Amino acid sequence: MNAPTISLASRMPKWVGALVRGLLIVLLAVAIFGPLLNMLIWTVAEAWYFPNKLPLRWGFQFWGRVFRPEAGAMTALWTSVLIAMMTVVFSLLVSIPAGYALSRRTLPLRSVFLLVFLLPQAFPAIAVHMNIARIFYGIGLNGTIWGVMLVHAIQGLVFSVWIASASFAAVNQEQVEAARNLGASPWRAFMNVSLPLAAPGLMASAIFVFLISLDEFSGTFFVGVPDVRTLPLTMLNAALEGNYQIASITALLLLVPSIAFMLFVEKFLKADVLAKVGT
Amino acid sequence: MTEPVISIRNLRVAYGDNEVLKGIDLAIAPGSFIALLGASGCGKTTLLRTLAGFNEAAGGSILVDGKDILALAPERRGMAMVFQSYALWSHMNVAQNIGYGLKLRGISKPEIAERVTKLLAMLGLQGYEQRPVAELSGGQRQRVALGRALAVEPKILLLDEPLSNLDARIRLQMRHEIRSIQKKLGLTAILVTHDREEAMVMADQVVILDQGRIAQIGTPEEVFQRPSSPFVASFMGAENIVDCVAKRSEKGIAISVPKSQASTLECSTDAAADGACVAEDAMGEAPRPVQVHFRSESAFLSLTETAVSNALQLPGRVAQVSYLGSGYRCEIDTDCGSFFVDHPTRVSPDDVVTICIPAGALHVFRMDPARTVAARH
Repeated sequence: MNAPTISLASRMPKWVGALVRGLLIVLLAVAIFGPLLNMLIWTVAEAWYFPNKLPLRWGFQFWGRVFRPEAGAMTALWTSVLIAMMTVVFSLLVSIPAGYALSRRTLPLRSVFLLVFLLPQAFPAIAVHMNIARIFYGIGLNGTIWGVMLVHAIQGLVFSVWIASASFAAVNQEQVEAARNLGASPWRAFMNVSLPLAAPGLMASAIFVFLISLDEFSGTFFVGVPDVRTLPLTMLNAALEGNYQIASITALLLLVPSIAFMLFVEKFLKADVLAKVGT
Repeated sequence: MTEPVISIRNLRVAYGDNEVLKGIDLAIAPGSFIALLGASGCGKTTLLRTLAGFNEAAGGSILVDGKDILALAPERRGMAMVFQSYALWSHMNVAQNIGYGLKLRGISKPEIAERVTKLLAMLGLQGYEQRPVAELSGGQRQRVALGRALAVEPKILLLDEPLSNLDARIRLQMRHEIRSIQKKLGLTAILVTHDREEAMVMADQVVILDQGRIAQIGTPEEVFQRPSSPFVASFMGAENIVDCVAKRSEKGIAISVPKSQASTLECSTDAAADGACVAEDAMGEAPRPVQVHFRSESAFLSLTETAVSNALQLPGRVAQVSYLGSGYRCEIDTDCGSFFVDHPTRVSPDDVVTICIPAGALHVFRMDPARTVAARH
């Protein structure tokens, strides 16, 4: 006769599982929020020397220094946001048609196209950006917002084209056929059916591109400096000077547009739609 | 007969080198309900999609009201289709889904709203205008998909297995609803299905497809009672096959079963006089091998030795019994193979019985050489 099999998990008391789960969550939280917490403390530390675990003097003294007009942080913030928004618009303009075309299985050399978008990522970024800067210098794009936007777009396009192609491929072809069947031209069917159904994926790719652009450093450094200064450049300057307070406050500042943009996009997306991205 | 609304002539469709439709000829009368019936892969859905313009033809023509439509884009064909997946637009609510075709036709918003309301009332979905389609049940989605197709008042309605995703009970109900709407609106409807009961219940004409060709066209009664080929007979449920020898006789036909001690049956070949349904090439002056098909439900078991007249009788032994609700389906082993026969009362395995197949239930075809080869392996 067979005794009913008892699995290992059911033999353990319940609290063991709960403890393991709790420990894992705490570990994960430390990994994610540890550096962030350190950064937050730096923003309100006026004096903090090794080997002290906590700052010696707390205060908002450095905030005033960052927000002084001559510090240029606010100008850099606006430049960053402007470039990020331009990059999003540009990459959507490219990735919607490109992603749609790539999602059609009939497109010849489909994999070659995807490879072309992937190629710049395969090389060390600095080498790519140095050479882009040379080319842009030749055509007068160096030191312009457009030039910086293009450099950011090159990095964002890999992801946005890929996500867009996946989103369009996920649209059930019968839904498009149903629109054609009822009298919609191919263009009308695309605008009324394919595009709205792929929109959640496209929005997700927009968030991605926005964040990539806000964070981008090396391309901006080679193409933009000294005429175009974005917030990451300001932040690096401060960090290199050993001024952790300014660097941390700037980083916190950089969070504002990221979160604002995510909230803006989220307004258009319900969670259940977002969850379907790529399915 | 009235001028056909659709005539399909020698239509061929291929996916690459794989020819899916190998020359289809079909004339469809206006206002009729046609069912394209066949096993999966027979080309029935391809035929429907070619009509709608989603598949390209490799040859032949499709005339609608006398005009060839093969060169027209799907949006210009004036046929409304209900998809198997329903293909509703999840980013629109019920009213937007149904009204989409009207919006494309430039109809004013109040009129669209009015017509959508009317359609919803007809489909039993009053007040569902603002519901997102994701919140609907399968049957309700089915109705919305049907409403969306009907909203544009098409002359031709294409139905691609519209009921296959529904629960059995709702499916039975929707069969009759679709049929009555089609009659009321006077539409020409073409239904693709693999369910022979659905095809027979809904359609005026059943078109049975086999490997890209039409196997038989006829009314439900014709294809059920007088199948023109062994394939159609098996597909329509006459799946018991007895290898026999037949020749012409005075009464009509004489059928004997060489592998069994069954006595030769002599019967008429006139269906009206309870005779067997005999294919023309199955009978000659000299005896020739034939395959005889019959349905489990049209044969019965005799438990005693008494002879039954005008029936083919095969002695055998009960191998297995299963309960169907309306009776018992018994597997009977005989000297010439095992057959399924329905019996109203319970019999026990190993009982000695005689299968009696009334002459009127026999479908006699010339032996298909491929079948004997397959049986030997």
